[in-house]
Formats: sequence, C-alpha cells, structure tokens
Amino acid sequence: MARLELRNLHVALEDGTEIVKGVDLAVASNEVHAIMGPNGSGKSTLAYALMGHPGYEITEGQILLDGEDLTEAGADERAQKGLFLAFQYPYAIPGVTVTSFLRSAINAIRKARAGGVDDPVPVPEFRKELFAQMERLKVSRELASRYLNDGFSGGEKKRVEILQMAMLKPRIAVLDETDSGLDIDALKIVAAGVKELVGPSMGALVITHYQRILNYIEPDFVHVFVDGEIAEEGGPELAHELERTGYAKWEKEKETV
Amino acid sequence: MAQTETEIVQGIGSDYAIKYGFHVPEDYFFKSGRGLSHELVDAISSHKSEPDWMRKFRHRSLDYFLARPLPTWGGDLTGIDFENIYYYIRPTEKQAESWDDLPPDIRDTWDKLGIPEAEKKYLAGVGAQYESEVVYHKLQADLAAKGVVFLDMDSGLREHEELVKQYFGTIIPQNDNKFAALNSAVWSGGSFIYVPPGVAVEMPLQAYFRINAENMGQFERTLIIVDENAYVHYVEGCTAPIYSSDSLHSAVVEIVVKKGGRCRYTTIQNWSNNVYNLVTKRAVAYEGATMEWVDGNLGSKLTMKYPAIWLLGEHAHGEVLSIAFAGAGQHQDAGGKCVHVAPNTSSVITSKSISKNGGRAGYRGLLEVAKGAKNSKSKVVCDALILDEDSRSDTYPYIRIDENEVDIGHEATVSKIGEEQLFYLMSRGLSEAEASAMIVSGFVEPITKELPLEYAVEMNRLIQLQMEGSVG
Repeated sequence: MARLELRNLHVALEDGTEIVKGVDLAVASNEVHAIMGPNGSGKSTLAYALMGHPGYEITEGQILLDGEDLTEAGADERAQKGLFLAFQYPYAIPGVTVTSFLRSAINAIRKARAGGVDDPVPVPEFRKELFAQMERLKVSRELASRYLNDGFSGGEKKRVEILQMAMLKPRIAVLDETDSGLDIDALKIVAAGVKELVGPSMGALVITHYQRILNYIEPDFVHVFVDGEIAEEGGPELAHELERTGYAKWEKEKETV
Repeated sequence: MAQTETEIVQGIGSDYAIKYGFHVPEDYFFKSGRGLSHELVDAISSHKSEPDWMRKFRHRSLDYFLARPLPTWGGDLTGIDFENIYYYIRPTEKQAESWDDLPPDIRDTWDKLGIPEAEKKYLAGVGAQYESEVVYHKLQADLAAKGVVFLDMDSGLREHEELVKQYFGTIIPQNDNKFAALNSAVWSGGSFIYVPPGVAVEMPLQAYFRINAENMGQFERTLIIVDENAYVHYVEGCTAPIYSSDSLHSAVVEIVVKKGGRCRYTTIQNWSNNVYNLVTKRAVAYEGATMEWVDGNLGSKLTMKYPAIWLLGEHAHGEVLSIAFAGAGQHQDAGGKCVHVAPNTSSVITSKSISKNGGRAGYRGLLEVAKGAKNSKSKVVCDALILDEDSRSDTYPYIRIDENEVDIGHEATVSKIGEEQLFYLMSRGLSEAEASAMIVSGFVEPITKELPLEYAVEMNRLIQLQMEGSVG
C-alpha cells in the first residue's frame, strides 16, 4: 500500500507570491483522484511543488509518502521514493535516446533503493519490458532510438510520459494535464495505460482542466481546485456536474469573499 | 548536496589520481638534464643513430625555435619554464614486442590503463610511448603481410628513410610555428604509418602516450601516408600523473591522403591538469580523398590545437569534429582549419565546447577558400555549453573566401543547462550530477556517435568523470 499525504501545503514562487494556499489531500494506491480547476488556479504549481521543483518554495505544511516526510527532499529523492510526475510540457534532451534515458533513470532508482550500490537492470530484461510497454501504449518502436522529446509531436510526448511511468513503476503518479494535445484515440490509449497501472501498488492524481480524460479514467475522488485551494470535494458525479456548470460557481464565491 | 566547491574540485582530482594520475619510480636507461641546447639535440640524435640530414634538420629547427617569439594569442604560455623541462628520457634500451618484456613498473602502468586488454579485443596494432620512446609496438601479422607499415617514428626513419625523407616536415614546415620548431628539434617517438594502395585497415591502430616523470617534455612526431584508395583509422590517447609543477607536450602530426584514400584520426586527450598541450596537426587530401579529425580534449592545463586539412585535389572532403571540455583551472583553445584549394571540395567543422567550474573552452577556427576553388562547400557549426556563471566560452571563427562560387554556412550557439531540463531528468530519479552529465553527453553525442563503440563509451565515461560532483 502506498499513500501520499499533503498536509496544509502552501507553495510560493521565488518572489514570495503565494500560489497554493493550504491543501490537505491523501492519495492511496488503488485510488484515482482528480484535481479539477480552471486555468491559473495553481494546479500545475501544485504538481511541480509535489515533485520538488526548485523554483517553487513550500512555505508551510508537509508532503508525506508512506509516512516519510519528503517536504525538503530533492526531485531525485522523491522519484527514488516512488513519486512520479507526468509533465504537461515535457522537456527535450537532445542527443539522449529514449532507451538510454530510461535505462539510466531505472538504474538510478535501483541504485538508490539498493542503498547506493549499483544494481543495473539486466539489458535483456529491460528491453523486453520496454518493448512490451511500448506495444501496450502503441508507441512506435522507432521512437525508442530517437532523442527524448526532441522533435516529438504533442501526442508522442504525452505517450512517452506514460511510457516512462510504466517503466519506472512509481507508487504515486501525478499526471499534469496529460489529456491536453491528445486526440481521442491517443487519449483512450493513454487512459487505458494509466488505468492498468492503478492498483495495489500505485495510486494516481490526475490534474485536469476538462472532464474529458475522466471519461476514460473514472476517478474515485474529485477535488475542485480554485485559486490555490480545494473548494469542494466529492465522488465522480462532481466531475460531471463541473462539465455542465463550469467553475463559475466557485470562482464567484471567491470574488464575493 | 553538501560538498563544498573545493571538495568537489579535489574530488575530481583524486578520481583522476587513482585512474590515471599515479606515477611509478623512474629506473631509466637514459635521462637528459633539464633545459634545451644544441648539445641536447646532438645527444638525442646520437642516441638514435640518425642520418646526418635529420641531425641538421634538428639543429636548424632549434634555431628557429629560439628565434621565434612566444605566441601572445590563444592561451597564456608565459608559465612555461623551458629551462626546467626534461626534453629526452629513454626509459628502456630496447623496444618490446611483448608486454611481458617490459620492466614491471612500466608494464603495470599499461595494465592499469587497460591497453593490453584493448589490444586483444579491438585493435589492429598498438604503439605505446612512455616518456620519449615507444616502449612497446605491435601490428597484426596479416596487415604487415599486406604491406601496411606501422612503426614508431624512429624505427620508421631507420627502416623507410627514403619515404620519411620525402614527406617529413613538408606538411608542417619546421618553422611553421614556435612549437612545431621545438618538436622538429627534439622530436622522439610517435608513429609512422604507411598504408599501400587499396588496403583498408578495418580495425583501428592505436597509439597511447604516457608521461610519467615530473617536468617531462614529450615531443612525439607522427607521419601517416595513406596511399590511393586505402583506409586507416588511427586513434591516440594520453594521460599523465598529477604533479604540482608543469609538463609540456608538443606534438607534430603530418598526414598525406592520396587520391581516393581516407584517413580518420581520433584523439582522446586526457592529460593531467599540469600539462601544457601545444600540438600542430595538419593533413593534405588529394583528389577524392577524405580526411577526418575527431579531436576530444578533456584534460591538460592549456591546450592549443587546431587540426587542419588542406583540400588539394578536386572532390576532396575534410571533416573536423572537435569536443573541448574545460573544468577548473583548464583552458581549451581548440578548433579546426579547412583550406579549400581545389574546386568541388567540401568540408564540415563541428565543434562542441563545454566549460564548468571556472574553466575556459573555446573554438578557434579557420575556413579558407582560395581563388579558383569553385563550387566549394563548407559548413561550420560551433556550439558551446556553459555549466555555471564562473565559466567562459569564446568563439573565434575566421573565414577567408577568395572565390565567389561557393556555398558556405556558419552557425554558432551558446547555451546553458536549463533548470527545467535538470528538473525534468531529476524527477525521474537521476541526481543533479547525473542529470547534468546526461545533458552534456547528449550535447556531444553528434561527435561521440562517430566514434567506434569502445571509444564512445570511453569518451562518455571521461565526461561522466569530469561531471561527477561538479554541481552543488
């Protein structure tokens, strides 16, 4: 069982502007949580802060993974402990192939878990797993030998993010706007890939503006996120309500406060 | 990362120390005194029982060296104490053809550097130079049977005097520059290669240069002649112990690639950070010939080296791929030159430089197209990656075009490692140092992919070593 817990999390930019203003949230394995919010509500900031981006400062509160405090940990340590972020805008690393990047990342995680001793994944085992996952996610073989995200289409980038998730096997995965830039077929494949991984060893936090992706990844819990705070929580029906009414209700409430 | 900058820099040094920076006791057949003189030149020539023309060539070269002022461009050369250098050390009396025949200290050095192992696995021939002399030399028997000559330069002069006399000092005249003059005066060791027409040497020939003594001056001299439609890939590597005072390495490499021939010359330079590395390399390519310099500079205190190609015949092609990596206390002034003399010639210069921890890496290049070299094509790309605020990158791309009908392209970029790229990689579990190293390996990949697998691995490993703990 994995459990990610945010306790009264506050996040500010380097200039001190507070973006996330006290979030309490717990995601466990077997669960899919959705954070839904309008543009500019601070969703991506929350995702970055969760993963340990140095440009976002946690000014108050805690991030716990299985009870261990990761609030001060670097992004590398968080990943080694089992957190994963599927980026909204993945970065290109020219000159580094998808395959060699993935192998390095897996080996870095294995090394950390072996207490700092090198424990590289055997190459045949790695290749078998990689090709199986690529098949599952309908990622063309040719992509494995291309440079990571370099010249990839939007859809390819998103699929490769999910491929990374499948290969790195995190305990809790955060997906930041994974549906943006995907056509419906690609969205179905990606969603199926995520659903398959959610289970006893992984939970997911899906961050999205639209309800669309949630048609394919049914969330167990929905959190409406407005102006850096969770404004309302509920079950999957909340997502459908949002689809009809939009965020106006909560945004209005904010304005009148 | 809790390491201080000082610890990190020391960390890099100690890693180099274990792998390459060690030295072993000196038990030499002959060691000259310090300093440079006509008497020394005589002594070297006598040790080698050279023909009179070579002795005279050396003396004249010394006069040129003494008459020329120290260059004031490039790097700072004022720190070289020419009187404090040992110009000639002969470690053993005879060259060995078996590693077991070497004195134990010297054999252990080669074992530690992995040369005998590499020879077994993927090399067609090996020359191993220790101080001033090539102490071990061997070429595969089948290549010798095909007429391929791969000798140390001294043996080359003894056994193929006419061929040597025909080319020696013709590609790089003895008075070409101050350090070419110095090399011409006191040269010792290096390689002599002749590949007969139509013969392709499939596996690389490797030379390894090792400095062991403090304040050593190493002046190897290499001449490669690739005859018509022949091919050879020559690879050189070099390392030295870490000392607190400086050593000097000044080589001259001359290459002739005849009609339709191809020569690739790969260097993985990894001198310790107390070595001045001042090298002149030049090749001439005749009709339809191809010359490629792959030049990796990771070590040394100061490197000034600009491998050159003169395209003398129609449809000759030249390529220079240059990687320069400058860490703390290092200055890499590297680059390349292509001179188009004949029509329909083409050249590509690709340079990638990386600087970190206050290092300075630069590209200095010349592209020249002579009048009449119509339809010449050239592309120069130089990219610089700067890893921190203390480091520096320079680009000096000289271009001289005296012909109108040409196609010339030049691109230059300077970039820094982005925080976002680092974060992205770290979010996958890589440490900051691993993430930086990965970005750097990717940056130089267009060049490492041109190397045979073993050398690409070696190059990446050396970059990793340079990067380890380099960010705090």
